[in-house]
Amino acid sequence: MSTLFEKLGGEGAVDAAVDIFYRKVLADDSINHFFETTDMAAQHAKQKSFLTMAFGGPNNYTGTDMRTAHAPLVAKGLNEDHFNAVAGHLQSTLEELNVPADLIGEVMAIAGSTKDDVLGR
Amino acid sequence: MPEIIYKGKAYPGEQDETVLDTLCRHDVHVPFSCRAGNCHTCMLHCLEGEVTTASQDNLKPALKLLNYFLPCQCVPTGDLEVDLPDEEDVYVSARLVEKQQLSPSVWRFSLEAAVPVFYHAGQFLNLKNDQGWVRSYSLASLPTEDEAMEIQVKRMPDGEMSHWLIDEFSPGMHIEIEGPHGHCLYTNDSPQRSILCIGTSTGLAPLIGIVRDALHQGHSGDIHLYHGVRTREELYLHESLKDMAAQHDNLHYHACVSGDDAGEGFKHGRASELALEEHPDLKGWQVFLCGAPEMVQKTRMKAYLAGATMNDISADAFTTPEH
Repeated sequence: MSTLFEKLGGEGAVDAAVDIFYRKVLADDSINHFFETTDMAAQHAKQKSFLTMAFGGPNNYTGTDMRTAHAPLVAKGLNEDHFNAVAGHLQSTLEELNVPADLIGEVMAIAGSTKDDVLGR
Repeated sequence: MPEIIYKGKAYPGEQDETVLDTLCRHDVHVPFSCRAGNCHTCMLHCLEGEVTTASQDNLKPALKLLNYFLPCQCVPTGDLEVDLPDEEDVYVSARLVEKQQLSPSVWRFSLEAAVPVFYHAGQFLNLKNDQGWVRSYSLASLPTEDEAMEIQVKRMPDGEMSHWLIDEFSPGMHIEIEGPHGHCLYTNDSPQRSILCIGTSTGLAPLIGIVRDALHQGHSGDIHLYHGVRTREELYLHESLKDMAAQHDNLHYHACVSGDDAGEGFKHGRASELALEEHPDLKGWQVFLCGAPEMVQKTRMKAYLAGATMNDISADAFTTPEH
């Protein structure tokens, strides 16, 4: 019985997805001001750990981490619209990579489960 | 919390703090520059205790064995006793064989090390003069073709090392070198792909090495080299690059002058902007960026948005303004 992470293709799949996903995020003027871009390599690594988590892979994320990490962004006005925009880019990335719909559903459910922590609610 | 012992005194660390940050927080002066594990200026010798593997990742095997590590990359798990590197472990003496002025502000230095230094074109060295000043300089030479190692130095008004090199350092004299370092280099895994190189000012130096390396290894894809400067006389290798492009069909040299329009044969504007306008789709390209940190940061982002993957963008930003 393989895990979601294995079904998606493991770390190689994350690497393929993160490049497409982060490019979509940065190109979206409604949300790109939330992403610090002076250190692109560090930011890219952050997106990779986010995707690893959403793919059900090994990660050390806790709800508190999510809360603390996003608190400064919430203070800058991060709201549900922004969250949904990022989630939309994740979904279209997976569609672009021809990931089967049921697996996309599982990934989106994991991503969606972080919403309250990300928005500090 | 782990303690850092340096020169007989103990400095308590804090949660998640690197060795370098602990020392700096206690006003202990050790050399450092990039704080990102790239320049190796801060390398220390661990005398007692265990350093993290991450802090030794990019060190030469011999230095790892001697327990050298990068304090900027080391969040210690236990007490450490550290000291500055032993000169003879780390530095090699090099003799200046030739010094040549290339433009009103740029000089070329050819160095010969006392023992062979194995490097890749595009990497950089740390130079230390007899006053103890350490600065990083990119190598413009190609190890398989050139006997001497070449660096290019621009005179910067506030750059004391640049003045020293240009005014005091003369052929026959020696300087201490350490390195090489850096990951901005040509890999010949896909010789057909297109390459984009953008360098401002002496950021051209490592790019020349990379371009020559690519051509030497038989790269068949197009190579676009953009050199960006403010005034025409700062194009310090204009003629030789024109000659090189004339000899290789796939090499395209673009001389970009951002100040006054320099006339025919020159492009008017910033190298990074012109390059991205002329090559809006960088999907599958390999990109090399060298020069001022702001240019490198902005262009890295633009190149990524234009389709190049993060792994295919190599950058070497000046760590000190007087590079």
